[in-house]
Amino acid sequence: MKSYLQEGTTIASWLTTRDHKRIGILFAIAITFFFFIGGAAATVIRLELATPQADLVSNDTYNRLFTAHGVIMVWLFLIPSIPSVLGNFLVPLMIGARDMAFPRLNLTSWYVYMLGGVIVLLALALGGVDTGWTFYTPYSTMFSNSWVAVTLLGVFVVGFSSILTGLNIIVTVHTLRTPGMGWFKLPLFVWAIYATSVILVLATPVLAITTLLVIAERLWQIGVFDPAYGGDPLLFQHLFWFYSHPAVYIMVLPAMGVASEIIPCFARQRIFGYRFMAYAILGIASIGFLVWGHHMFVSGQSVAASMVFSLLSFMVAIPSAIKVFNWTATLYRGSIHFDAPMLYALGFVGLFTVGGLTGLVLASLSLDVHLTDTYFVVSHFHYIMVGGSVMAYFGGLHFWWPKITGRMYADTWARIAAVLIFLGFNLTFFPQYLLGVQGMPRRYHTYPPEFQVLNLLSSSGAVVLAVGYLLPLFYFAWSLRPGGRIAGANPFHATGLEWTTPSPPPKDNFEQLPEPPQEVYGYDPAKDPRHDPARGGAMAAEPVR
Amino acid sequence: MNANAAAREHPHDAGGREPPREIGQLGMWVFIASEILFFGGLFVAYVYGRSHWPNGFAQASRHTDVVLGTLNTGVLLTSSAVIALAVACAESPAFRRWTARLLWLTAALGVIFIVIKGMEYRKEWHEHLFPGPGFELDAGGAQLFFMLYFVMTALHALHLAIGIVGVSLFAWATGQAKSWAPPRRIDIMALYWHFVDVVWIFLYPLLYLVERHS
Amino acid sequence: MNGESDDRLHSAFQLMAQAASSNAHHTDLIFLTVFVVCGAVALGVAFTMFWFCVRYRHGSGAVHARVGTHRPLELTWTLVPLAIFIAGFAWAAHDFVSLYRVPPGATQVYVVAKQWMWKLQHRNGRREINELHVPLGQPVQLLMTSQDAIHSFYVPAFRLKQDVVPGRYTGLWFTATQLGEFHLFCAEYCGSQHSQMLGRIVVMQPAEFAKWLGSGTEQPSLAQYGFARFRELGCSGCHAAGSTVHAPSLRGLLGRTVHLQDGRTIVADENYVRDSILQPKKDVVAGFDPVMPSFTGQVSEEDIQALIAFLREGAVP
Repeated sequence: MKSYLQEGTTIASWLTTRDHKRIGILFAIAITFFFFIGGAAATVIRLELATPQADLVSNDTYNRLFTAHGVIMVWLFLIPSIPSVLGNFLVPLMIGARDMAFPRLNLTSWYVYMLGGVIVLLALALGGVDTGWTFYTPYSTMFSNSWVAVTLLGVFVVGFSSILTGLNIIVTVHTLRTPGMGWFKLPLFVWAIYATSVILVLATPVLAITTLLVIAERLWQIGVFDPAYGGDPLLFQHLFWFYSHPAVYIMVLPAMGVASEIIPCFARQRIFGYRFMAYAILGIASIGFLVWGHHMFVSGQSVAASMVFSLLSFMVAIPSAIKVFNWTATLYRGSIHFDAPMLYALGFVGLFTVGGLTGLVLASLSLDVHLTDTYFVVSHFHYIMVGGSVMAYFGGLHFWWPKITGRMYADTWARIAAVLIFLGFNLTFFPQYLLGVQGMPRRYHTYPPEFQVLNLLSSSGAVVLAVGYLLPLFYFAWSLRPGGRIAGANPFHATGLEWTTPSPPPKDNFEQLPEPPQEVYGYDPAKDPRHDPARGGAMAAEPVR
Repeated sequence: MNANAAAREHPHDAGGREPPREIGQLGMWVFIASEILFFGGLFVAYVYGRSHWPNGFAQASRHTDVVLGTLNTGVLLTSSAVIALAVACAESPAFRRWTARLLWLTAALGVIFIVIKGMEYRKEWHEHLFPGPGFELDAGGAQLFFMLYFVMTALHALHLAIGIVGVSLFAWATGQAKSWAPPRRIDIMALYWHFVDVVWIFLYPLLYLVERHS
Repeated sequence: MNGESDDRLHSAFQLMAQAASSNAHHTDLIFLTVFVVCGAVALGVAFTMFWFCVRYRHGSGAVHARVGTHRPLELTWTLVPLAIFIAGFAWAAHDFVSLYRVPPGATQVYVVAKQWMWKLQHRNGRREINELHVPLGQPVQLLMTSQDAIHSFYVPAFRLKQDVVPGRYTGLWFTATQLGEFHLFCAEYCGSQHSQMLGRIVVMQPAEFAKWLGSGTEQPSLAQYGFARFRELGCSGCHAAGSTVHAPSLRGLLGRTVHLQDGRTIVADENYVRDSILQPKKDVVAGFDPVMPSFTGQVSEEDIQALIAFLREGAVP
């Protein structure tokens, strides 16, 4: 049977595809491109920050660099990463469908993303924007001398890609599950992508209207954010954060979904507390809409409002804590293997825990007065978005690479990369917590000399991190060479419908649409097929096609 | 495994048969949800403005043309009734021509709405009610009101225009008995049209009826 | 005050900037507690994961078996964090509220932030640029506004920060508890030279501070300057007691309850005065016609601050 990769090999066949699997790969290529551009900006930033003085770039260039880094990494990399790459590829397979509910809309979503990305690149080429990815008014509407409107137009367009993807996933999960697959037989990855899609559909439009209002005020000086017309700069912050806080859950929920697939497989143990895990996903998604004001504790927001937002921010941490405990408990009495995907997943749990706990620190009102707008916040969100989401994305890429490509990568190199990323990440970002506590504000190009030691440590860590991120390019590419190692349908002996079809799958996913499994995560650590006691504890050979 | 589930066919195994209506309808409802949030940001700005500038908003609202606005409301409500009739007719192939006529009528009413809106904008331009230097009213917040008025009604008109194009396409396709205009798709188009109508039903009192005592 | 011994103590412990205000110690106490609790949780989770990974690695001699549900455990690790979180929230919220309760008798200092500098003015008219001299042990209240973008007044040693917003006043109060000089940073990105918008807070003994305040070039106090503007702009023409124009009296205005035309009742504060000068039709007092002209373009931010100081403490006609 032909695989989906063999159905049409021209570029045109890829650019006109309706196959959710190909569309996932199109997204993967695009976001990888943007990841390295955003990463290049970060490299220059960390190089500059190794010394207190401005000796590498000018003020304006530095400000445009950190803005570009934020805009690209958030909207062009992180938000689409797991949902549009792994979600697109895997959700129909995991529920036993042949494609998404609206295949043409899926392709449209990719083209809309590319259009938005091109517009943002255009803004960069013209000279970039220097407002920070948060575009606070009135600086962005009245005082910035940079390409604000063009950049925001790009963001506006990319937002619609998000909305269309989310719409497709919601309808797909509701209507195309294989008969007999009730909600509580769904893998947690599907739950996570589903909840993420609800957030995508409900939060992104608010960003869309906000970008339009900023563009209007900037181009025609008519706006709701200008006090001279009776407007309020804080109104922008409310509208912006109403989207941007749920946006961070768009970035972390899919990562949690990936972890919930990898850990049971490599511990050979079903996930502990499946129902609580599913409810926790829904809890995070819903409470996540109610906490946006915690970005505004010192903005001039009322004390009463701040107190409500602080309390709710503590509440949203409860379901996250439940998930961390449940992932840990899943390891208990398992039969644990430490392949690369597992290293990424375990790293995710650890780093997400640290990031989440520092979120509690920031949710504490009097502490936030000192720590907000400092490097403590920068470190907090990088722990979650990079230590969390990016590690999980990489873990997912490594776990499902055999399914997507039919090839196996060199696990030793993959493990080296995982360890380098983990170590490099901590060396880069842990010093930044200390910098924040000592009072170094964020978005600072130059800084008082007493902050140099920690900055230098952080910049050195960035070198290690960069090496770790570059390695997969090589061993993944190497795995695709003619004569590379072929992976079987289920090299990790995982449960889940996506593993019942060949690697790579045929265009219509399944020869015959599958029956749902008896139980989701039907692992038994006492019967570990990857552990063969007869061979003295060595692993059973994996099936080779 | 329960027998009902096994008996229920997966839509992807239905051969060439029509996919279940629920798929397209759910898709449109989800889209409408996103649109509600899209307009929602503007409603939030409106609530902010009205609570800070009650006098300014009231004074500005009295300068909108309540006659034309009410007329437009009637036009749009009628168009919703008409398209609902069209959907009913679409269920039966015997009424194909009526379906097409009713769809054309819906689109025409939409065009009438836009023309009337254009007349209002022209009037407001001449009365110096466009925000910017030279704005006529001096109450605090009046300019904010009109800024929101123009953005909200323009955004609504844009959505209506998209609806007019869509309904016209379906009207033409039904008239020509094209296969890509089956009843389920007309149903979904009508859902979108009703949504645009409902948005106007919220906009009308907020923009035209603030403190109109006379 | 045992300032000197505290100095030696703090210079030995470099993790946090020296604590130099009355609230800083409270913040540091919460921070230390939260750090210890969170650190314990983080280490606990990490250790447990590590332990499980070692003990239950495939091929180890431990029991490898399925595990059933354990509702009591799940409920425990849901409810215990909940209780801890509520306690943590309440403690920090309590401290936060006191950050916004200005003690009576606080001295006002007016601050105008602009790209990329801080302009400060003491009540007696003494101005400072990028520096703020304050007396040890006496509460100081900052009334701040911005001339352009949003800035943020951040003193790490005081553990205090407040955004400075155009179009309105925001406030910050503190009582300095250490002598010395402390960093002042702008903490809200505001353009090119955001990282160079630095300043320092200079805390002096009260006697020295009084001497410093009185020295400097001869100039009128803020309230005197405000009185001059009050006359120049013609405010007394309508608002003075003997005026023929019917206008509200401004004596004792700050802190007074005002009934507005649309039925609302507010307490007149600095923001109300500023709005009334720049946008007089916004909050018209009940029983008066909206005939006051706007002074937008005729008054600078410093002028408004001076007028407020005059209304607060001058002899208002």
